[in-house]
Formats: sequence, structure tokens, C-alpha cells
Amino acid sequence: MTAAPPAPPPDLGTPAGRYRMMRLIREFDTLALEWERAGEIPGGIHPYLGQEAVAVGVCAALAPGDQLTSTHRGHGHVLAKGADPARLLAELAGREAGLNRGRGGSMHAADVSLGILGANGMVGAGAAVAVGAAWAARRFGRDTVVACFFGDGALNQGVLLEALNLASVRRAPVVFVCENNGYATTLPAAAAVGGSALGRAAAFAVPAVAVDGMDADAVHRAAAEAVARARSGGGPGFLECRTYRFEGHHTMERRLRLTYRSEQEVALWRTRDPLDRLRPRIPEADRIDAEVAGRLRAAAAWALAAPRPDPAGAGDFLYAVGPPARPGVSP
Amino acid sequence: MTWLSYTKALNRALADSMAADPAVCVLGEDVGAGLAGPTLGLQKRFGPDRVLDMPLSEQAFTSFAVGAALSGMRPVVEFQIPSLLFLVFEQIVNQAHKFRLMTGGQVRVPVTFVVPGSGSRAGWAGQHSDHPYGLFVHAGVKTVVPAAPADAYGLLRAAVEDDDPVVLFAPAAAMGLREDVTGPPPPVPLGSARLRRPGTDVTVVAVGHLVAEALAVADDLAGEVSVEVLDPRTLHPFDWDALRGSLRRTRRLVVYDDANRGCGFAAELLAAAAEEGLLQAPPRRVTRPDGAVLPFAPELDRALQPQPDQLREAVRAAVR
Repeated sequence: MTAAPPAPPPDLGTPAGRYRMMRLIREFDTLALEWERAGEIPGGIHPYLGQEAVAVGVCAALAPGDQLTSTHRGHGHVLAKGADPARLLAELAGREAGLNRGRGGSMHAADVSLGILGANGMVGAGAAVAVGAAWAARRFGRDTVVACFFGDGALNQGVLLEALNLASVRRAPVVFVCENNGYATTLPAAAAVGGSALGRAAAFAVPAVAVDGMDADAVHRAAAEAVARARSGGGPGFLECRTYRFEGHHTMERRLRLTYRSEQEVALWRTRDPLDRLRPRIPEADRIDAEVAGRLRAAAAWALAAPRPDPAGAGDFLYAVGPPARPGVSP
Repeated sequence: MTWLSYTKALNRALADSMAADPAVCVLGEDVGAGLAGPTLGLQKRFGPDRVLDMPLSEQAFTSFAVGAALSGMRPVVEFQIPSLLFLVFEQIVNQAHKFRLMTGGQVRVPVTFVVPGSGSRAGWAGQHSDHPYGLFVHAGVKTVVPAAPADAYGLLRAAVEDDDPVVLFAPAAAMGLREDVTGPPPPVPLGSARLRRPGTDVTVVAVGHLVAEALAVADDLAGEVSVEVLDPRTLHPFDWDALRGSLRRTRRLVVYDDANRGCGFAAELLAAAAEEGLLQAPPRRVTRPDGAVLPFAPELDRALQPQPDQLREAVRAAVR
């Protein structure tokens, strides 16, 4: 097994760079959907298609030393922060060469060396982790910021509200990013969220703005302002990014043929596709598309050739220190 | 030689841990005031940036500690009431404990959760009287229940230095204990049991504050039965070698455990001993009843806790 193809650090500072990353996320999850149907991905995925502008706009505002916590729909965040698509694909396919050595899969993808503290399978669970990480980094004298992604479904999780309060009273350098895609699985936000996302933040005196989550530049501008304020000691910020997921909540949804969204609604949002919106402004778009396609082909070939984990290692990595296995019980 | 109280031992362990390592911090409710005892005076000595008074947001500050650990700190979280652990089971078991495995070994999560006053305190009723260590053993979280002041010191030092999440239960009924010590007690490695009294007829494994009661019962029965008393000190990892060695001598087992019976810690020890064929008589457990919730009135509370008389009868039955 050769090493993974080298992953250049993403350059999200220009429109072309942001377009390249959005294209990568789009093609990555399109490929992941194919792999899921082909049985290469155990358990399925939560596709990020349609929401690319949020991950890319926010991560464009982050410095390399900044961190993020992610959600069960995390591929976009993980890629935009610079994770190697080949190793992420290997992780989705449950390979030892994956980002998490095949121990995490889609819902727990992490590359801590890049500040990616992990996608999280529990809705809203990353919020307080983000606040603690941000507080500790500041104590150590680092001027880093933590971006905390969550969906509209998390707006009703107690721990998220507790985390907003804690960030506010401790002035933790956290930027809360609500990806409001309109649905918590099948439940419309209108039927679930009493008050509003911005109202949640306002209640804890956290400055909040709503942005068009289908516009990477708009997300970037708002994120850059919140990140700069947090970095300079101004405390947490909150972005509500109004966006949409083109696919189902989870790949299982396709098999169930759920009809909680009208075709017209999906079609309407597809006319606001964040890639289509940016593409006319990128003269080299064709070249970028071809380059991304080539990169993904290589990544896919590498990931599929990667060996599967040895079952003898199923008990590894549970503890940093011991404890030894109980005699007579394996592993 | 000085007297060391159990509460003072926890307090000294925290202070010494903080003095030894600037990454150690303490957080929880009323820790600045030291309301529960173990954090008394720490904020004055180490400042409010290392001894953090938290809002009543247990779920948030539990995961806050995890995030701080991921950024290089070694937080100690204090919960004043054992039942709060039910509220933060998600954060401890599903987040802190699973992070390392789920990331394929990318992270260490050195957080210590301290629960002073676990188990029954007379009059504290249904929601303040649980002793839920078995839940954490079941989930695989490192779980410590010191029985004596010197061990409380040594085990807390070891827990703070450990690179994994550890939950330390300080039983309410043990916190008044005092012990003669010379100098600072040594750290106690997690997973090492302590043979508190050698014997030849029956092994009594007692957990936490029940160790002292088991020793008293062993004294009472001295002319009649030779009782060996084993204090596991840590329930996960458990010192299986110590239990096996003891049972090879006595071939009889009684577990004295202040927790509910069904799927409890005592059941695990009985099962392990039976599986290994180490017993020549039916083993016994003396525990709270199945699914017990402690009632308010002191007589009712006491009636559901394991009693020395029950232990005495169980020991006699085991050797019959």
C-alpha cells in the first residue's frame, strides 16, 4: 500500500479556490452515493449535496490552526478544512487507511491534526466540545477560533442552548454555524422551532446574523466578521445559514420512498445551486472541474485498493492506557 | 503521623495534581466555594481560571471538559449529586469515552469525573441516593471507588494522570472516615486491588464504604469463619488476578455491593468466578434489591441498603 495521494492545503481565499472546493465536495458526495448503492459503504451516508457553500464559506474564514466540530452530515466540513479526500473515502469504505482507521466511518470522520475534532452522530453534541476546546486554546495563549457546525434540528437540543450560554459567559472564541436546511430528518423547521434560530442566539447575547447559505461569498463575509471578532477577544458569534439539501436526510431514505418534500420545492432550490451561482464568475471552471474529477478518480482507486482492517484489531484504540483484556475473554 | 480524612484526601489530591501540572483544572458547580468539600480553598490558591464555577449546565460543562481535554487540558469535573450522572451519560459514555476509538486513536481524553457523596445520605431520597458505578463499568468507562482516605488520595492522583476518562465515586458513607498516614500517600495504580484482611474460608469482595463494614463483620466472625476481605478499589479495570488468587485459596465468594442487584457489579463477579470454576459452594451477593429507588424515611432508606447482618448470614451460608 502506497501512501495516500498528497493533499494540498485548500486555498479558499479566492472565488476560484472556493469553487474548486465546492466542486470537490459535490463530486465527492455524488461518488459516495454511487458507492453506497454499490454496497461499498456500510450503513450509508448523510449527503451534503446543496449545502456546499456553507462549509466552504465558513472554512474560508478559518486559519490553519483553527478547529471545528461537525455533524452527522460532515463530509463537506471535513473536506473544506483540508482533509484528504482519498483517506475520507477509505474511511467511508471502512478501510484501515481511512482517516479514522475505519473505526469512525461517515458519522465520526475526523482529522485532529487539521483541527477537525470530529463529525458527531448525536445532534448538537459538538457544541459544548467546541466551547471547551476554544476556552482551553485561549488559556494556552493561542488565538485560535473554533467553528461549531450544527443543523436546525439541534436548535432544540438542551446541550446546544447550554453551550451557547457557556460560550457567552466565558466569551469563548466560538462561531456557531447553524445550517438551516429546513428539515430535521423529515420534520419541517417551521413545525419544530419555536421562535427562531437568531432568537436562540439573541437570548444569550450572542451576536447573530442570517445569511444566504447558497452563496459561498455571502457566507464567507459573515463568517470572516464573526471569526475576526472571536479571535480578537470579542466572544462568540452565530450564523444562521439558510440552505437546502438536495438529497434525502440519509441514503436509507431513498429505499423508503419518503415524500415529505414536494418535487417543486426541491426543484426550486436546485435553481439556487451554489455551484451554478458561482460558476459564471470563474473563467477556468472547466479546467477546475476536470482537475477535481481526476483527483477524485485517483482517490477512489486508492481507497478501493486499501486493505480492509484485520478483525484481530477490533478492540484497539478504546483506551489510551490499558486496561488489559480480561483473561479468557477476547479481544 | 497525621490523621487524614477522606474528604481532605480528595482535596489534597486535587491541590497536589494542580501544583504538579498546570494543565490540570477543576470545574463544576460551587467549586469556588468548595461546597462539596474536595475543592475547598482551591480557587483561592489557583485562581478562577483554573477552578471554574460553572452555571447549572451539567451537559454543557461535561462536554466543555472534553473539548478542553482535546485542546491539551486535564480537567477534573465535580458532580455534587450522583444522579446527575444520568443527565450526562450521553456526554461521558457516548462522547468522552468513545472519542478515542471513533477517531482511530487520534485523541486522548484525560478527564476525571469526581462524585463526592455517592450513594445514600439519610433523607436525600429518590433522586440523590443512587450509586451508579455499575453503569460505567458496563459501558467500559474506567471506574474507581476508593474505600479509605489514603486510597482516595492515591486513586484520584492516578485518575487525573490517566489519559482516559475516569469516573471516581466517593461514597457518602466513606467521606467521614479518617486514617493515620505518614507523609503523602503514594499514587495507587488503576486496576490494583488491596487485600484488606487475609482469610482462608471465604472471600468477601466489598465495594467502597462497605469495605469497613465487611472488615467489622470479619472481626465478629473471627472465631467461627476465617474471612478474607478484598477491596477492588477500581471496578474497571478490575484486578481479576487478585480475585482469582483469593478464590484459589478460599473457593467461596460473597460480594457486598451497595448498588442494585439485577445486572449489577456483584452479578459480574459471581459470573466470572463461576465461569472459571473457582467455586466449591454457591456464591452470594448482598446488594440493594432489584431496581431499588431509595425512599425518603430513614427506616425505609436503610431497609433497602445492604446490611452487615445480611453479610454475616451470607458468609455463614457460603461456608455451610
